Amino acid sequence: MKKVKATLMDAAAMSRTLARLAHEIMERHHNLETLALVGIQRRGEFLARRLAKLVHQHRNAEVKFGTVDVTFHRDDFRTRLPSPRLGPTQIDFGVNDLHIILVDDVLYTGRTVRAAMNSLMDFGRPASIELAVLVDRGHRELPIQADYVGQSYSTSVNEHIHVHVAEVDGKDEVLLMEYSQ
Amino acid sequence: MSEPTVTLQHLLGLEGVSKQDIQILLDTGFRFREVLDRPIKKVPTLTGINVVNLFFESSTRTRISFELAEKRLSADVTNFTASSSSLNKGEGLKDTIQNIHAMKMDAVVMRHPAPGSTKQLSQFVDAVVINAGDGTHEHPTQGLLDMMSLQEKFGRLEGLKVGIIGDIAHSRVALSNIFGLNTVGADVMVCGPGHLIPPHISELGVIVNGDVDEVLSWADAVNVLRIQRERMGEGIIPSVREYRSRFGITTERLARHKREIVILHPGPMNRGVEIDSDVADGDQAIILDQVLNGVAIRMSVLYHLLAPHQPLEET
Repeated sequence: MKKVKATLMDAAAMSRTLARLAHEIMERHHNLETLALVGIQRRGEFLARRLAKLVHQHRNAEVKFGTVDVTFHRDDFRTRLPSPRLGPTQIDFGVNDLHIILVDDVLYTGRTVRAAMNSLMDFGRPASIELAVLVDRGHRELPIQADYVGQSYSTSVNEHIHVHVAEVDGKDEVLLMEYSQ
Repeated sequence: MSEPTVTLQHLLGLEGVSKQDIQILLDTGFRFREVLDRPIKKVPTLTGINVVNLFFESSTRTRISFELAEKRLSADVTNFTASSSSLNKGEGLKDTIQNIHAMKMDAVVMRHPAPGSTKQLSQFVDAVVINAGDGTHEHPTQGLLDMMSLQEKFGRLEGLKVGIIGDIAHSRVALSNIFGLNTVGADVMVCGPGHLIPPHISELGVIVNGDVDEVLSWADAVNVLRIQRERMGEGIIPSVREYRSRFGITTERLARHKREIVILHPGPMNRGVEIDSDVADGDQAIILDQVLNGVAIRMSVLYHLLAPHQPLEET
């Protein structure tokens, strides 16, 4: 059983949060030639697209954009394999010496991010990899932290964060869900 | 939204496999095609999984394709070939299987000359069983890779007109193609020497036509089967020259049709018999795409049969 416990962000709050994240990215990265935003499938793709668009609006310059699917790189294949619907990995540029920002909706155990980094390494050797997330819910199982965080929210183990994006779910919102047996 | 997965426990044939399962396997096959285009063509998905390839019949491309698929998925691979095994010392199939079972394999890929042998194997071992060809019965991964190649070429399978030309009676490739293509809504026409067309094959929902030119006038694509030269010794096929003139996909024959017909061949080819070199190497042939898709679709099959999927939570 799942139930909505609270709405952490509505569409307007999500829009403001993404605008702030885009500004933080621009403050740290002056040279957009060497920057790429890579969304982690599935909802990270749409968040990364929006960040790329926001950066483009402010700087009037294109930002390299890609997507990565981590399904084949997960380390819990035989144990719990919570695999998302497979989406395409599309990296249409050489990653060598680029500063790559991985974008995801929720940071939780860190295993998805680890898998995404491994997947990126299949394409070459980036100069650096940073992480941008809309929500950090804690409960890390690996030494991974985000460089850009929309909102940190401490959850209990029976609580989950659901990020909805208009492109997939019809509306923008971040929900705190409670799961019961 | 969690990823849909197949309902299959084993892949013993395409007969009875649902349209949804076939589509899932094909869709994931295309995901693995992307992996094969990367600079590093290997993912850690099956790390710690043991797969044994049991080949009781000679095979080059299927065995290599499976082995490559397994290694690209980071599985631990054991190869077993009959010529170097205890079979030469009189050990039966069941004994061999039980010994392999005792070795705690997660998956067994088997090719065997006896139809139904993989089904028998699946009853003896507590492992995923994948049929790599069981006699004249089925060769399901070949059927899947042919469908994947057609989908890649045409963007669809439903309503596609596919001709299968050659020795239908002895071809496991033909049977898997028929079952698979019928399930996804393609139309199939078979063509070959009359005595090499099984008498009740139309009951499988295929059209039988003895005239290869009529098939070429009708089809979007033709799958040209290898003429097994060993059958010539049995008197089943009178001569190479006669076969080529009546059923061979020659440059002249294709030129007469003035249509864009896609050519498939499961390999190995008898160039100059069932297919001309110029045709096999020409723009209409997608034979090398089939080879690459073969690795990708076998990765997909291994992935889905060995994956205990569960709903996704954010991680």
